[in-house]
Amino acid sequence: MTDLVNLNIDGKAVKVPQGMLLIEAAKRAGIEIPQFCYYEGLTLQAACRMCLVEIEKAPKLTEACTTPVAEGMVVHTDSPTVATARKTMLEFLLANHPLDCPVCDKGGECELQDMVFRYGVGESRFTEVKYHVDEKQWSPVVFYDGPRCILCYRCVRVCDEGLGVGALGIINRGVVSEIAPNMGDHLECDECGACIDICPVGALTSGAYRYKTRPWEMEHVGTICTHCSNGCKTTLGVRDGAIVRANNRDRSGINGEFLCVKGRYAFDFVEHEERLRSPLMRKGGELEEVSWAEALATVAKKFAEVKERGGKFGVIGSNHTTNEENYYLHKFVRDGLGGENIDHHRTGDVAGLIDALAGRADALATVGDLYTTKAILVIGSDLAQQHPLLSYQIRANKRHHDAHVYVVTPGPVREDNYSVRSVRGGLEAIGPLADALKAEPGLVVLFGDSVKGDAVRQLVAFGDSLGIPVKYVALVDYSNSRGAADVSQAAGLAYEQILSASDLDVFWVVGANPLKDHALGSQNAFVVVQEMFLTETAKRADVVLPASSAYEKTGTVTNVTGEVQRLKAGPKVMGTKSDLEIFGLIQKEMGLNLGIWKPDNVLDEMRKTTRGRLPVAAPESIRSARDTLFTSGSLGRYSKVLNAVMEGPGLIYGLPVSGKSQ
Amino acid sequence: MRLYNEPNPLEVKILTRRFGITNSHTLDVYLQNDGFQAFQKALGMKPDQIIDEMKASGLRGRGGAGFPAGMKWSFVPRSSPKPKYIVVNADESEPGTCKDRLLMEYDPIQMIEGMMIAGLAIDSHKAYVYVRGEYRYLIDLLDRVIDELYARGWLGKSIHGSGFDFDVYTHTGAGSYECGEETALLDSLEGKRGVPRLKPPFPAVAGAWASPTLLTNVETFSAVPAIIRDGGAAFAALGTPRNGGTRMFCLSGHIERPGVYELPMGFNLLQMINEVGGGVRGGRKLKAVVPGGSSCPVLKADECDIAMDFDALAKAKSMLGSGGVVILDETTCMVKFAMRIMKFYAHESCGWCIPCREGTAWLKKTLIRFHDGHGTSKDIDLIDDIAKNMLGRTFCALGDAAAMPTISIVEKFRDEFEAYLAKSSTTVRVPELTVV
Repeated sequence: MTDLVNLNIDGKAVKVPQGMLLIEAAKRAGIEIPQFCYYEGLTLQAACRMCLVEIEKAPKLTEACTTPVAEGMVVHTDSPTVATARKTMLEFLLANHPLDCPVCDKGGECELQDMVFRYGVGESRFTEVKYHVDEKQWSPVVFYDGPRCILCYRCVRVCDEGLGVGALGIINRGVVSEIAPNMGDHLECDECGACIDICPVGALTSGAYRYKTRPWEMEHVGTICTHCSNGCKTTLGVRDGAIVRANNRDRSGINGEFLCVKGRYAFDFVEHEERLRSPLMRKGGELEEVSWAEALATVAKKFAEVKERGGKFGVIGSNHTTNEENYYLHKFVRDGLGGENIDHHRTGDVAGLIDALAGRADALATVGDLYTTKAILVIGSDLAQQHPLLSYQIRANKRHHDAHVYVVTPGPVREDNYSVRSVRGGLEAIGPLADALKAEPGLVVLFGDSVKGDAVRQLVAFGDSLGIPVKYVALVDYSNSRGAADVSQAAGLAYEQILSASDLDVFWVVGANPLKDHALGSQNAFVVVQEMFLTETAKRADVVLPASSAYEKTGTVTNVTGEVQRLKAGPKVMGTKSDLEIFGLIQKEMGLNLGIWKPDNVLDEMRKTTRGRLPVAAPESIRSARDTLFTSGSLGRYSKVLNAVMEGPGLIYGLPVSGKSQ
Repeated sequence: MRLYNEPNPLEVKILTRRFGITNSHTLDVYLQNDGFQAFQKALGMKPDQIIDEMKASGLRGRGGAGFPAGMKWSFVPRSSPKPKYIVVNADESEPGTCKDRLLMEYDPIQMIEGMMIAGLAIDSHKAYVYVRGEYRYLIDLLDRVIDELYARGWLGKSIHGSGFDFDVYTHTGAGSYECGEETALLDSLEGKRGVPRLKPPFPAVAGAWASPTLLTNVETFSAVPAIIRDGGAAFAALGTPRNGGTRMFCLSGHIERPGVYELPMGFNLLQMINEVGGGVRGGRKLKAVVPGGSSCPVLKADECDIAMDFDALAKAKSMLGSGGVVILDETTCMVKFAMRIMKFYAHESCGWCIPCREGTAWLKKTLIRFHDGHGTSKDIDLIDDIAKNMLGRTFCALGDAAAMPTISIVEKFRDEFEAYLAKSSTTVRVPELTVV
């Protein structure tokens, strides 16, 4: 237990842990001390001088953002001297600030605007010519308007410390100082947009969002990003039924305010012009638009007919549909069609890990554990590219708690920059780390798709031999890969077998693109595809049913660390239906009575019926999608932002990616 | 080597006693004139004894702040497992100050000997001389001197068999006034942008490369050999209480014999102007004096009967600063003077913190406008108010350095500003737009 310190802020007795900064102590006491450059979790700057307060016995005003509390300290945050200091600091800030609030993206949610409103003076005494520089574009998504910049250095710090990228710096001196990319005129970075988000004013603006709306005209919909397995909460700004931006400024969710380029910008696939908005049916060899009624009736009739004659169904489920949809699909196949050949693309050996742990549920790490555990071992994954949130958490853990990070990968990764040991190789290379790991108080092991089947059992045995508490994360790739593995129950043909089988009568694909890199064995099968776009698989279909994306529906998804989170519907894309609704309508058409197809009801049913261990998948069918920060399975190609940034398609282990799957 | 100015009989030559000897910067001449005697003596002393002598000398930092040197040395944790560094602040940039360049040009080895003694005291074996970028010729000279010292065993491994290792490197600044601020200097030395660091930790605890660092001005190190050789008490006796020794005063401005003179601490300012400097130029009347570099509040003529030491000037609400004494005669336009120094500070503000970055630029624009004859009656109060709002609220002392002289000029010469304004209304010139 840390020692507590007693102090007095504005006449309020406050008791806080020793070492706490005064600005945080005041926050705890419900007293606001204005700030620009101070930012929780980043290094101290003390540049904006907004947080100056009066401490009794101090010779002059002191900045609250760098002063640790002390016993008996008496602080005034609202004395006339402090109020004057704030007023003049804002006057200084506004001296060269353009005051183009009426056209500025930030207007309405600008920290400078708020501060001036609350602490500033109404009029300006500055009558000189303002300093102006033209706006610059640093990348397709990042614009910099120098005159608006107040030089709080938040962007520089979040890029350097938070992301470990360090793409920004400062040029010039004095009043003409500017933030600038270290590459000179453009950014080469993660394009995550954290700099834009953290900017207290409208100096950094987003290429995807600028000039589209005022902040108060949007509806804010907190949902889960659909691009990777990390399960970041993203708050969609929806205006007139369309998404105009995504961020998570309220820091709700497991990711705080972190988002990568996909979470922040790649929602634009929703509005892509190739988005399917009507069912398609093959007529005379060509796919033609038909009504939902016709498409559903055709599918239902075909399914009933094949079921009737004891024909064979092969079903490929999705890695990014909701748990409810996955569950309902399994139920549909098992109870409705009497089939058992259902599987999905597995990107990591979750089932193998759960089997190897034999019921030790406390040995599964959460995203939170990555921030608090003293030691972390990464095996076979380029986290910064493939699991950006996990990488961010580990970096924050290193910065704030000096965590020891061990890396075992086939090639260079960003974690090498601060790891205590980096070894090039695979699972066989962990042996020599044992002595160092035994000295750690606790460990989280993250492993990629190279560790599967027996190797997982070996890894868990290695963890057991260390004699310290060890938790594990089996790294999987898609937004609901983990959830798909969790509800997977069928014992029929596996993924590759379904694709290769030559005797399927119906091949049904929901939210997946298996035919991108695999031929379909059953040439004569009736192919039904539920998809957002006309993918390689959809093009092969007899009936294509246009599905909603994760941003347009409710339900739950499970992230890589097993955390179940709710989706909230934001925009609406006319002509599409959620996969769950499609299942419900088909089974209704078939007269099956599989139950209500509302997400909440299905979740209730899942809670009551789902029990027991997961069936272990064949290790050879497990392979990572090798998506980078700039790819997203078959979805990435429909995001204009992801295709516009120069860093795409990205590197894994420092090498260009090739052969994406699904 | 020709001296820049003739010596004066009133000078007390301690640091400058080798000035004027031919080739005084060379090792041979240095050794012939009791060079390295202090170092040899210090080799036989315990570190605490060296620091005690420094404390006894009453030597106060010559860079401007006047912090007691012995105390600063004692703050360096000698037992720290990290390497300890010595850094010489030779980034002499304060307008009106030109003493360090002479000490490095005429007697660089004296400074290096002082650094070596400091090395013995704080267990440091590596030193950097951070030289102002404009002093390019001095870096070349220092490098030659350092090479000679290495070649003849006065630097490097086990100096003359003493078992004491000492390395010295020069490092160039790049023309930034801010890099004379100690922590900005350290950032610049480490290869970063020259902006000040948060204090604490102070450099004595975490300075260069986060290691304990003794960072001191050229003149301070140059005084060390004399203190060790002749004892701290002897040095202290030269000056006034709490202000030991002599000080290099740089006389410039409207004066008959400008130059750098070594005078005892506490020397009377009027005597300095009239007897050492030969009086105000052309027999004119004295108007004001900047006592210690442009950052110090100015003294009006009637305030100049004052002892030049840290305490007396502090009492007069000014500062001894870095010893740059600028004499202003009756012809000086104080509006122009205020504008000129603000142009300097606005140019040199590093931009780190808001009040300095915006305040200096705003003051500069306002003063230029005022000077160009477009002032209004509100401007005088505005100038005073902006400066006061900067004072004590900036990240480092640069903001204070810009605010203090401005406040003093407006306060002491307000009538002149008002007269200027009245005159402006009849002699308005075309306005000059100042964008930056």
